[in-house]
Amino acid sequence: MLTDGTDNARFKTFSRRAAILGGAQLIVFGGLASRMYYLQVLKSSEYQMLAEENRVNMRLLAPLRGEIVDRFGTVLASNRQNFRVLLIPEQTPDIEETLTKLNRVVPLSETQWKRVLRDARRSPAFLPITVSENLSWAQFAQVNIHEPDLPGIEPDVGETRHYPHGPALAHVVGYVAPVSENDLDDEDPLLKLPGFRIGKSGLERRLDGELRGAAGASHVEVNAYGRVIRELSKDPGTPGSKVVLTLDMDLQKFATERLAGEAAAAVVMDIHTGDVLASVSTPAYDPNDFNVGLSQATWDGLIKNPYKPLVNKTIAGQYPPGSTFKMIVAAAAVEHKVMRPTERIRCTGKTTLGNHEFHCWKRRGHGYVDMRQAIMHSCNTYFYEAAKRLGIDRINEMAHRFGLGESYGYEVPGEKSGLVPSRGWKRATTGAPWQQGETLIAGVGQGYLLATPLQLAVMTSRLANGGRAVKPHLVRSVGEEIMESPPAPSMGVSDAALAVARDGMNMVSNVPGGTAYRSRLTEPGMQLAGKTGSAQVRRISREERESGVLTNEELEWKQREHALFVAFAPVKDPRYAVSVVVEHGSSGSRTAAPIARDIMRLVLERDPSNTLAEGPQAPANSLVSPLREG
Amino acid sequence: MVDAFLNASGREMSLKDKFFEFNWGFLLLIFAIAAMGLAMLYSVAEGNFDPWASRQAVRFGIGVCVLFVVAFVDIRVWMNLAYPAYGVALALLVGVEFIGFRGMGAQRWIDLGFIQLQPSELMKITLILALARYFHGLTLDQVSRLRFLVVPALMIGAPFYLTLRQPDLGTAMLIAIVGVVLLFMAGLAWRYFIIGGLAAIGAVPVAWGMLHEYQKQRVLTFLDPESDPLGSGYHILQSKIALGSGGVFGKGFMEGTQSHLNFLPEKHTDFIFTMLAEELGLVGGLTLLGLYVMVLMFGLTVGLQTRNQFGRLLAIGITVNFFLYIFINTAMVMGLVPVVGVPLPLVSYGGTAMLTLMLGFGFLMSVYIHRNYEITRNPGAFW
Repeated sequence: MLTDGTDNARFKTFSRRAAILGGAQLIVFGGLASRMYYLQVLKSSEYQMLAEENRVNMRLLAPLRGEIVDRFGTVLASNRQNFRVLLIPEQTPDIEETLTKLNRVVPLSETQWKRVLRDARRSPAFLPITVSENLSWAQFAQVNIHEPDLPGIEPDVGETRHYPHGPALAHVVGYVAPVSENDLDDEDPLLKLPGFRIGKSGLERRLDGELRGAAGASHVEVNAYGRVIRELSKDPGTPGSKVVLTLDMDLQKFATERLAGEAAAAVVMDIHTGDVLASVSTPAYDPNDFNVGLSQATWDGLIKNPYKPLVNKTIAGQYPPGSTFKMIVAAAAVEHKVMRPTERIRCTGKTTLGNHEFHCWKRRGHGYVDMRQAIMHSCNTYFYEAAKRLGIDRINEMAHRFGLGESYGYEVPGEKSGLVPSRGWKRATTGAPWQQGETLIAGVGQGYLLATPLQLAVMTSRLANGGRAVKPHLVRSVGEEIMESPPAPSMGVSDAALAVARDGMNMVSNVPGGTAYRSRLTEPGMQLAGKTGSAQVRRISREERESGVLTNEELEWKQREHALFVAFAPVKDPRYAVSVVVEHGSSGSRTAAPIARDIMRLVLERDPSNTLAEGPQAPANSLVSPLREG
Repeated sequence: MVDAFLNASGREMSLKDKFFEFNWGFLLLIFAIAAMGLAMLYSVAEGNFDPWASRQAVRFGIGVCVLFVVAFVDIRVWMNLAYPAYGVALALLVGVEFIGFRGMGAQRWIDLGFIQLQPSELMKITLILALARYFHGLTLDQVSRLRFLVVPALMIGAPFYLTLRQPDLGTAMLIAIVGVVLLFMAGLAWRYFIIGGLAAIGAVPVAWGMLHEYQKQRVLTFLDPESDPLGSGYHILQSKIALGSGGVFGKGFMEGTQSHLNFLPEKHTDFIFTMLAEELGLVGGLTLLGLYVMVLMFGLTVGLQTRNQFGRLLAIGITVNFFLYIFINTAMVMGLVPVVGVPLPLVSYGGTAMLTLMLGFGFLMSVYIHRNYEITRNPGAFW
């Protein structure tokens, strides 16, 4: 042994300890292997899920909003291509330079410019930023041509809501607009999509859920920085339901033109089915403006306009019904047998009750008139007497049967129920007891009474259809679902009572001397029966009465009487009802009646059962309601 | 003294002898591990040899040359160079205090112009050399005597303190552990380890106070990674997700979603094992670990077959150093120890680590080739 003997001892210790060390290492490796087994076998599915969550991003795809069409299929609201320009910051070396170049093709405002630069700083460079929207085709084409010189610029086509008829349907169809804070109660994730729009008014709002459809989704693979690597799957979603209205767009358009320049409303209804064929409120606004984004000036103009273009006057405009209410009083008087229709009453031009005088519109009086004549001449005195005999509560009850003071669950949001006073109502609201004089005023449709043009059309329909409590509706079908309205129940008013009111209306229009004789329809089979109304908006003082009542022409617009006219047609076998209210239109007979007549003429011409009329016709069966045969 | 250098068969080895003694199976093992690493680097680059796999292959090639050169040099030469090498490494370590520049947030590198040297890496090897050399000269009785412990304590303590100052906690711990293991293998009495262990536990609160904020953060994050899933805990969490989602057979080569979509950080260096286990699954991960175990067993066997204490301790030191790299790296990516910047040997991308590893394997092979040399406790110079 050349080395000293101590090495044996060292080697023995070394060997022993090497075994310990080797064993320890194997134990450690065993631990590592167990850990791998734990992670990769026992917990694998859990981690696989987490890895998928990391990797896969779901992007919502906005579904196509449902179309709205009229009864003949004319498009009232649709989706139009929205030409826009996007900027992808990472694809341009210099954003400012790209924008400067783009500015020559598509002029950019100062605010747009700043917004783009701000968004570019805030969001990841690979996310597109919207630079400009709603470009004209010419501008869009220009961007496409110059695209090679515009690094980072991407022309893109989106979808946007479009209302081809603009203001004519503003109050019915309504509009869509970008989602606001208040809308976020709705948990549909679609609402959080940038640029998503929801129905804010009209049917767009009421039927938003049906029109919206269901979100589609695109599953994309993203990396740790959120960049999309590829699309894994795509579900285009369910487009919104198509909504068919009972509206007749040609009629709607005509009525809109006929009311142009006035603060007015008109409603045309099928008296049997309750189908609303036209519903016009003027002036209106262009719903497309709300979709694109309203300028402050436009908004201020809409708010400050005394004609109140934002108000849907057909359902939210509440007016004293004036003389159009007289049919209700007449029907009540006959129904409650407080007057026979043949009873004649002498009109001297005024009636006295206690210390108060109640005037007829005709200062010298109508002389002796029966109930039909009283309607024909719109004699106030007769109805003062009728109202006095009935009392307010019986008038109230009859008015409700005719649909006044009621709301119908109409599809367009914002329906007002008007007001029909009663003793109980007055006590509850003012605390004061009912005065008999107020009954007299109610008898001629003034005082507390308020009705909307829709209610007046419903009232006229119920009178003309033989006393069935028809309700108005505007939506024929939503998607596959047809909105069936149950047959209208009888409102429990005798034919005799209704007949008197109808006869009176016939005389108004078709007997010389009737208040709307000048606005009659002469075409055979088209005669209408109407009733004028003029609703006072001011109190006439005793002094003025003595010095001579100011004519409407002498008053400023705001002080003039509202002009009203309601009518049904044809006189024999009626099918349609119309109501027209012209705010401060001075005279029902001179202002409202001719409008209503013109509208009704077109309605009758377009009626499929009318074989005389020529021109574009609807498919014959679309206007025939099953109720009519019955 | 010449006869002191004779091997058991009583003669010097020729180059031809050494060539036949060289363990080619071990070299094959090294190649297999490196090949797995290169494959992963190829995958990291989305199926490209550039920029990582090709450069790593070149480094590996250079490393193999280093291994051969070191392996064929007589073990007695390395024994004689042990102290000078340690001295140089210590000097360099002191040098980084003055000429080192800051990289990766810590002062660790020294720029020699042609290569950026990491003295702490060099220190790990030279410390093993120096300690092996020192204990070679002691009898078993002497090892446990207090006065003979002063020198190794200083040998370990000086680089430990210097690397801790840089601050490089990971390397400092490695230096300490390698040193302690060599004391253990040299035969230091058990009582020292019991006392030392108790002292270490007592020192934990003191050490905690000396840690830098980011080091504390790493330890805290390790203890509860979910507390900060988007901050420091992110790396551990993503690594566990990648590993776990790999399952038994993995997602397929170059199909790792966590890796390729960049949820996994540092996947070409510290987290390369995660990527391997994600793409090749439990099977791939255990295969690599198995290869490592074979390397470690070989190292241990070399120690047991060697007839000189210097060689034994050198072989064990190299092996333990290798083991610690593997353990710290894999345990880190599995969420078993805090995130420490330690590469996976032969697999992670990196030049210094590759070269020091191959240098170490060179020493191991040199020990193996010259395993039958019996060397006296105080052999003197051999040139």
